[in-house]
Amino acid sequence: MECTLDAQSLISISLRKIHSSRTQRGGIKLHKNLLVSYVLRNARQLYLSERYAELYRRQQHYPDGAPLLAMPACPPPAAAAPPELAALPLPADTQDREARSCGAARGGAELLEVAGPGGGGGAAPGLLYAAGCDFGSGGAPHCSSRTTVLDLDTHVVTTVENGYLHQDCCSQCPCCCQPAPGLSSPPPAPGTKRKYYPGQEEEEEGVEEGEPGGGGVAGGPPFAPCTKRARFEEYSAEHPQDSSNISNLISIFGSGFTGLVSRQQADSEQPLNGQLCSKQALASLGAWTRAIVAF
Amino acid sequence: MGGDFWCVFLWHGSNESLPSAEAVMFLKFSLRSVFYGAGGGNDIQWCFSQVKGAVDDDVAEADIISTVEFNHSGELLATGDKGGRVVIFQQEQENKTQSHSRGEYNVYSTFQSHEPEFDYLKSLEIEEKINKIRWLPQKNAAQFLLSTNDKTIKLWKISERDKRPEGYNLKEEDGRYRDPTTVTTLRVPVFRPMDLMVEASPRRIFANAHTYHINSISINSDYETYLSADDLRINLWHLEITDRSFNIVDIKPANMEELTEVITAAEFHPNSCSTFVYSSSKGTIRLCDMRASALCDRHSKLFEEPEDPSNRSFFSEIISSISDVKFSHSGRYMMTRDYLSVKIWDLNMENRPVETYQVHEYLRSKLCSLYENDCIFDKFECCWNGSDSIVMTGSYNNFFRMFDRNTKRDITLEASRENNKPRTVLKPRKVCASGKRKKDEISVDSLDFNKKILHTAWHPKENIIAVATTNNLYIFQDKMN
Repeated sequence: MECTLDAQSLISISLRKIHSSRTQRGGIKLHKNLLVSYVLRNARQLYLSERYAELYRRQQHYPDGAPLLAMPACPPPAAAAPPELAALPLPADTQDREARSCGAARGGAELLEVAGPGGGGGAAPGLLYAAGCDFGSGGAPHCSSRTTVLDLDTHVVTTVENGYLHQDCCSQCPCCCQPAPGLSSPPPAPGTKRKYYPGQEEEEEGVEEGEPGGGGVAGGPPFAPCTKRARFEEYSAEHPQDSSNISNLISIFGSGFTGLVSRQQADSEQPLNGQLCSKQALASLGAWTRAIVAF
Repeated sequence: MGGDFWCVFLWHGSNESLPSAEAVMFLKFSLRSVFYGAGGGNDIQWCFSQVKGAVDDDVAEADIISTVEFNHSGELLATGDKGGRVVIFQQEQENKTQSHSRGEYNVYSTFQSHEPEFDYLKSLEIEEKINKIRWLPQKNAAQFLLSTNDKTIKLWKISERDKRPEGYNLKEEDGRYRDPTTVTTLRVPVFRPMDLMVEASPRRIFANAHTYHINSISINSDYETYLSADDLRINLWHLEITDRSFNIVDIKPANMEELTEVITAAEFHPNSCSTFVYSSSKGTIRLCDMRASALCDRHSKLFEEPEDPSNRSFFSEIISSISDVKFSHSGRYMMTRDYLSVKIWDLNMENRPVETYQVHEYLRSKLCSLYENDCIFDKFECCWNGSDSIVMTGSYNNFFRMFDRNTKRDITLEASRENNKPRTVLKPRKVCASGKRKKDEISVDSLDFNKKILHTAWHPKENIIAVATTNNLYIFQDKMN
């Protein structure tokens, strides 16, 4: 079937659909969002296979072993369940970075938000999320229930953990090209910020890549500091995701949707748990105001 | 009947290698056409009859028609809209002076069925849009129907009042009380005719049983119970009892992360009061028997057609999602509608449909744009005619399609005000998929995807159809001579 859109555009369109469904009258339409998640999965599979093909071609061209695997291996998912949402190598590479922090995570909800141009009205202009994931036991256990938000305008990264906001640490060292220790690093100390610099490529998603070779993007330990796009691709190529589970709807909505669903369940099937509700309400109010997409 | 006897003979003699249900049906219909002379000579000529609704091009959202349903006799036609209103039309009695056409449908009753609500607990607004209307069979002078929005089902009683008591002793005719001291004689009040007044009153409200959005209601053939289906659950109600319902299907996974499909439509069998079917977003239909167990999570039959791998695309999952399922009047078949086709299933054959009709195959190459503009999520309905020989469904550009199961011919017609002279025979339309466009054909690229016909209904006995465009209701009849 001919498609005039490439996988990347499909992904961004799908993200926007899920986003806008949040603000539609009548609440989230489960059926439609489930269908959109299937398109996302299919587009992602195609995108990844294209990436791998490109990587393979590059390997053929540079048989002397250029630093294709500059990024250290992520700790493999400890849990038996395959990662439902590993890093998604979107063209917006800052998203990559965000995603990769949860890349080796086992299952869980990984949320990547795409800020549509103009947004859905009101609210902060650009917010990017990589939602909290359940890290496997091999990962960083303290990262559970973390939602990370990148404000695309101010380029401030904030992290919401367990419903409470705190700011990420940002180390300004220009150690762009040093391999990051990967995901096993401890999370940044609360109360600090990280800055990303806009790059040359203005994706529709609004997330920009640091300029290659010198943009000086300072990444904290959990995020790969390197700005070279190639490295992100290679990194992602290293971790072929099991995309068979991507169609799971909850993956798309992440912890936020579970919260919504379990709240509904609490209403109809169990006595109301006030504490549970308030925790979720806090998480939902502060952390994300926009639609969320998970990969 | 000769034809049917033939059919039975073959069927009983069959083993694995002998005629499939399909072959049997073909024979049955062939014989029937020999016996009854049906087929080519009896093609229906459809004529415009009426159109209801505003003429404006600017459509108010509340006026968008969201459901259309004839009652069991066909005398009443109900529509529901996005604004939560129900409008019922009644067919005029046929009079002798107008024997060349059937009675017109005129407004009989209008009422506000559902209002927008706000669920404060979940911070969700509940739309007042009427998703479905189903009529109850008439038992007395009043009419009853069920109407539902996303969360609440209501039983409405529509009754006529054409007499009123007059001649009270203590009240004036206008209702003011008389001074008792002026009453010198007594009289017995009598009923006198008055202008017909049609009243609609909610008799039952079935609420708080659905967490997800209700997509279907279906009345059981026992006329005492009905089912309501949302994305993940189906509940069984008794029409008299509002504070309790039984959950008979629950496909919600323990972990919502494992959700892969939702329920899209459900319907009771027209004759068997313990049998119902529900369709899913994955293109499957499950038939369940309530006698098997209280919770019908395990289906009795699973109807599924394997996907054609050559048609695989990004959007395969979306276009295979079933948007409507309808039993034939006979109960032997059911029809499903997915995005591009209509399929007829024999209840005795689960592995594939017996008939498949392409509604608008030319859209297969446009799925990308249809995904972008959200049209790919449109939920088209379908319907049978009274004798189960023709099925009808809607399409874009205000086109609708009919498929004659006997002659295997199909026709595309347009619901448009341009053909609004009564008894004007509708001209068949044709869409040119590619290549040279012939005269009178419309190319795919000039189709108006904002003009969609999602809801159609066929009179249970006559060749009268109701077709809903965005905010207008068209009524077409066959040409009577």
